[in-house]
Amino acid sequence: MLFPMKILVTAKRVEDPESKIKVKPDGTGIVPEGLKYKINPFDEIAVEEALRLVAKHKGETVVVSIGGKEVHEQLRHAMAMGVDRAVWVNHTGPLDQMAIAGLLKKVCEKEKPDMAILGKQSIDDDQNQVGQYMAEWLGWGQATFASKHESLDSDAEKSKTPALVVGADGKTVKVVREVDGGLGTVECTLPAVVTTDLRLNQPRYAPLPGIMKAKSKPIEELTPAGLGVDVAPKLTVLKMSAPAPRKAGIKVPDVATLMQKLKTEAKVI
Amino acid sequence: MPHFFTEEHEAFRKSVRNWVEKELAPHALEWDRAGIFPREIFKQAGELGFLGIHHDPAYGGSGLDYWYVTAFCEELVRSRNAGVNMALLVQSQMATPIINDIGTDEQKREFLAPALAGEKIAALGVSEPGAGSDVAGIKTTAKRVGDDYVINGSKMWITNGTRADFITLAVRTGSEGFGGVSLLTFPTDVKGFGVSKKLDKVGNLSSDTAILYFEDCKVPVRYLLGEENEGFYHVMVNFQGERLVAALLATATMDLMLQDALQYGNERQAFGKPLNKFQVWRHKFVEHLTSLEAAKRLAYHAVELFDGKENPVKEISMAKLFAGDLAQRVAYDCQQFYGGMGYIEETHVARAWRDVRLLTIGGGTSEVMKEIISKLVGL
Ligand SMILES: Cc1cc2nc3c(=O)[nH]c(=O)nc-3n(C[C@H](O)[C@H](O)[C@H](O)COP(=O)(O)OP(=O)(O)OC[C@H]3O[C@@H](n4cnc5c(N)ncnc54)[C@H](O)[C@@H]3O)c2cc1C
Repeated sequence: MLFPMKILVTAKRVEDPESKIKVKPDGTGIVPEGLKYKINPFDEIAVEEALRLVAKHKGETVVVSIGGKEVHEQLRHAMAMGVDRAVWVNHTGPLDQMAIAGLLKKVCEKEKPDMAILGKQSIDDDQNQVGQYMAEWLGWGQATFASKHESLDSDAEKSKTPALVVGADGKTVKVVREVDGGLGTVECTLPAVVTTDLRLNQPRYAPLPGIMKAKSKPIEELTPAGLGVDVAPKLTVLKMSAPAPRKAGIKVPDVATLMQKLKTEAKVI
Repeated sequence: MPHFFTEEHEAFRKSVRNWVEKELAPHALEWDRAGIFPREIFKQAGELGFLGIHHDPAYGGSGLDYWYVTAFCEELVRSRNAGVNMALLVQSQMATPIINDIGTDEQKREFLAPALAGEKIAALGVSEPGAGSDVAGIKTTAKRVGDDYVINGSKMWITNGTRADFITLAVRTGSEGFGGVSLLTFPTDVKGFGVSKKLDKVGNLSSDTAILYFEDCKVPVRYLLGEENEGFYHVMVNFQGERLVAALLATATMDLMLQDALQYGNERQAFGKPLNKFQVWRHKFVEHLTSLEAAKRLAYHAVELFDGKENPVKEISMAKLFAGDLAQRVAYDCQQFYGGMGYIEETHVARAWRDVRLLTIGGGTSEVMKEIISKLVGL
């Protein structure tokens, strides 16, 4: 027998890396004009995994996003993929990872999912911290960088088999995760926080009927105040700057010169 | 965002673009070289609801307005493979709308539903070796024998022809001229049917275009679409959707070619400055961008009327004529702008230059558009 699962996923709105991203000359942020946005790709992988688990186990999926009204686009995208309903934490202004983890913790306490699946990081700030904070503060198990043994061309992937394996009693989840030097496996007691790595799955495309259905799926509005979370940033961004442009490479005549340059010039060995 | 594209249209547009860029574009060159693309693509498009955008939801369509079709065409061109685009649009906008509009429940279940799901491949069989522009001159006959039609003749230039599971087929059931034409759903597993030849084409290389033959092919009378001898009217109505799609593909292709060229011209240097800085090219591009905007607005105007369930034959014919002709000049100049790279297969504009040639020929030639417009304006 399979136990139904309730799964909470996140959908952060991030700048689409295909649009030209430029830092403002005064370093206070990036130039908003001409930017396009999309769901954080790691979150999209989380959505896909949740949908596969619920297709197998039955249950419910809920997607959360924090931001202004514009994040509805990402919530609707997740619902077009198949997520049942959405929670919108209405907030504009800067948020640090502690504030985000604090808000998500409260949403988890309210929703009581069996599992929260998040992207391991978002491709804008690349912090890789929210899932960990959240699990710690909730006192839940955590399995970060979820991946799988099968390749993205495998039959298991094509048949949309979930990579996360829930125990027969519905009380644990086994997660293959990327570690230095390969893959490792952890088993967590549920509820747990799982964060997704790149090779966990290939997210589905939003089908046209799904896009039309998403229109009428509910979005519940919450606020940081209502959740009782102080979101005043503890972390301040002082300045943004583009990385120095790469210098052209050089050609070395032989391995000996290469070794010598790595030692004396690059100082990496 | 123009008013006719709502949030849902834009969400749909994004989804199409995502699919096209991941599943089609990376294979553009490979499929052109192979002269075919995987059948699986129909299935994928069907599963995503891309083949039944405006068709009846009772048979797997989504019953949506024509702006979704517009968004679909505009994103599809990013495949940079005009053959795939044509194949998918023949399936969704040319071979199936007639069945959707006038088919019986039985015909819709047997042909329409699996075509919208991408499980069956559909073709439209109107043109013949002796009759292209002159549809009323078709010679393939369907003689009524008991409860069957017995079909003899041949069809020419049929897109999806080598692997179609069924053909929406124009046949002669009556006297000469337009009054004797009927339409049938024709399953290609019928005895006596075959592919005479897969045609080698100038462009749209990944799409299979074939000559087909019919020798005493028997199909039941229940496969007749609409009334006997009223097929010509439905073919003409169907042409409107086909021509509108052609106009939209033309504008979207020009858009893509110009965007690509302008980007190339920013980077490519000659005589110490980027190509875009040469006034002769700047002016040429500005002229094309201006004409393109006009072509696009004319096509949108036709979409708006068509979507309002009018039959804007004049506007659609004008949109196809204008965009199809313009695409020739835009493709020529963009290719010229690329210099030697414009003559290399890897460069999209090289293939696009060949592909756009079809836009003034297929689905009714530019001359035929002018004849239609002449009549409608009383000339
Ligand atoms: C790649 C490709 C795919 C195709 N796919 C399909 C398909 O799936 N199904 C299908 O049924 N057909 C298909 N066609 C056929 C296409 O619709 C015809 O080729 C087109 O309608 C032109 O007909 P024709 O080739 O017989 O030219 P013709 O009618 O022989 O015309 C020859 C020339 O005469 C001109 N002309 C004709 N009549 C007039 C007139 N009254 N006044 C002035 N000039 C005139 C034409 O403009 C043209 O320049 C396809 C064609 C191509 C090339």
